[in-house]
Amino acid sequence: MHEIGPIFEVMREEVAMGPVRIKEISEKGIPIIGTYCTFTPWELINAAGGVPVSLCSTSEKPIGEAEKHLPRNLCPLIKSSYGYALTDTCPYFHFCDMVLGETTCDGKKKMYEYLGEIKDTYVMQLPQTVNGINSMKLWKDEILLLKKFLESKFKVEITNEKLSASIKLRNKIHSAMMEFYSLASLPSPVLTGKEIMLGSDYLKFSFDYEKTITIIRDLTVKLKENYASGERRIDPFAKRILITGCPMGKSLEKVVDAIESKETDGVVVGYENCGNLKCSSCLVDEKSAPIDAIAEKYLNIPCSVMSPNTKRLELIKKYAKEYRVDGVIDVILQACHTYSVESHSVREYLNKSGIPYMSVETDYSQGDTGQLATRFGAFIEML
Amino acid sequence: MYTAGIDIGSSNIKAALWDGFSFEVWSQPTGWEISETSETVIQVLLDRSSLKMEDLHQVVATGYGRKMCRFAGRSVTEITCHAAGAFHLVKGAETVLDIGGQDVKVITLDHDGKVTDFLMNDKCAAGTGRFISNMAVLLGYDLKDFSDIPPETEIQTISSMCTVFAESEVISLLSKGVPKESIALGLLDSIASRAAGMVLRIADRGPVVLTGGPALNRKLGSLISKHLGRPVLTSQLAQFSGAIGAALIAAKEQMDVSKKGGGPMIIMGF
Repeated sequence: MHEIGPIFEVMREEVAMGPVRIKEISEKGIPIIGTYCTFTPWELINAAGGVPVSLCSTSEKPIGEAEKHLPRNLCPLIKSSYGYALTDTCPYFHFCDMVLGETTCDGKKKMYEYLGEIKDTYVMQLPQTVNGINSMKLWKDEILLLKKFLESKFKVEITNEKLSASIKLRNKIHSAMMEFYSLASLPSPVLTGKEIMLGSDYLKFSFDYEKTITIIRDLTVKLKENYASGERRIDPFAKRILITGCPMGKSLEKVVDAIESKETDGVVVGYENCGNLKCSSCLVDEKSAPIDAIAEKYLNIPCSVMSPNTKRLELIKKYAKEYRVDGVIDVILQACHTYSVESHSVREYLNKSGIPYMSVETDYSQGDTGQLATRFGAFIEML
Repeated sequence: MYTAGIDIGSSNIKAALWDGFSFEVWSQPTGWEISETSETVIQVLLDRSSLKMEDLHQVVATGYGRKMCRFAGRSVTEITCHAAGAFHLVKGAETVLDIGGQDVKVITLDHDGKVTDFLMNDKCAAGTGRFISNMAVLLGYDLKDFSDIPPETEIQTISSMCTVFAESEVISLLSKGVPKESIALGLLDSIASRAAGMVLRIADRGPVVLTGGPALNRKLGSLISKHLGRPVLTSQLAQFSGAIGAALIAAKEQMDVSKKGGGPMIIMGF
């Protein structure tokens, strides 16, 4: 049997070291581009010689400060993002040279107007649908504009060769992550939901990409070998849950904790969320022209800001089947209209396929852990 | 074989002792010493049947304080317990509306009494038992008399559902000389309309079984029935349905529970 604990320890340390690493990168004069969203074309930043980094947005702490400028009845992710910027308490925000955002939901695009007063902010115009030729044309133009912007801001040339190399690298990372996530296809669970979350965090906050790929692959192989030699780390009878909905993060670990608690006896086997299956399940086509291929991949991300967004339904169903889940739990952040509205169609669609579904609305406060435990407990007792 | 269920709610701790044929029930206000009160409540039942704790084959705890119970063998959520209890008390129940001390739940069941779907209100106490008791105190009603509203009473619509806002609304209505019966009717009607709305979200037909402490309020049941245009049923033991369900689940684990019915069914309105 391979020892798995030490690998998780290395990953945890790397995530904890993120701020130090970003400071070192900054001191070397490498451009750091802060991002908030899966729609940000990572490959373009990488090809421009920059380092993309996910900015802090998942803690309740800076929300009070953010509410001095933003309405209370706004999604906690937007308030938290802005609060971190306002209070300069996010090391990644502190060291980034600029922020790259997109016009995703209404709250976010309006927040970027204020964020622009704190830090150089570039906002890409994201179409609201994947359908029709105009959408793709607009999005491709936006990507070309961004390319020009990055070239002139950081005085580099983004050649097709550089882009192709970045695409290959990012695809390699996503493929390694997909293999890791796909451990959920094994008959018994191999990972807890918290460990899968650690994997996604590690992907976000480790900046030595080749090392990231090596570690994730090593972990996956070892877990598979242990499984083959009969190791069962997780209760094989725990009810298997797929999470979907708004981006998961530190404050939403309460959701996973409640599902995986002893009393509830569930196990989260996958996340159809940003930073997980939503971004890793689809690669950039390496055979097409780089800009076209990048535009294609990102426009097709099944986020609820898109209308219609039927691809999300298909993605949930695909992984619900592949990971043989007992139920799907939709985690919706308070005041996130797009995910909240979509909940009804997800329920209908999954019910038709015979997949049990429940949705919960929550925020970053820890005051509803009791209610969540009761809801998840009842849902799992029902399965 | 004896089993027990204990429902540790936000207002009251309810317990049910099941001997395979009938129930003994007891409840007491929860207070702040949850563990101690739980023990007192179960002790009352044991004493009444001349039993000892060791005579219980299994105890299942439910309710928001279920994890605080030291003598329970396991805990089951109140959704599953209320469903089991209501299904036992009113045979063939398909929709359960439980109005508890701090939350409102709607549960749908299949023909075997298995939960198929459920809905709970959000964090606040709007439209819950807590709201009813606060308003009863404000209007000088004893909780058990809160449904004694003369039939010809004109209704005073109450627009606030928030316990705090409703309180100021009631005070301002009283100061305008609106009769307290009219206000009481308006308060019950606002709870009924909110509860009916919740029922409609997941169950659009069939009778509704009302459980929880507020089920003892006959007027409330008939108002919910009026809003839904569907029968609302309850049982004398409605406020014990969670505890009864827990005791039945405990028994089911030990052996197949006998298919005996609860007390007589009470039709609250149609």
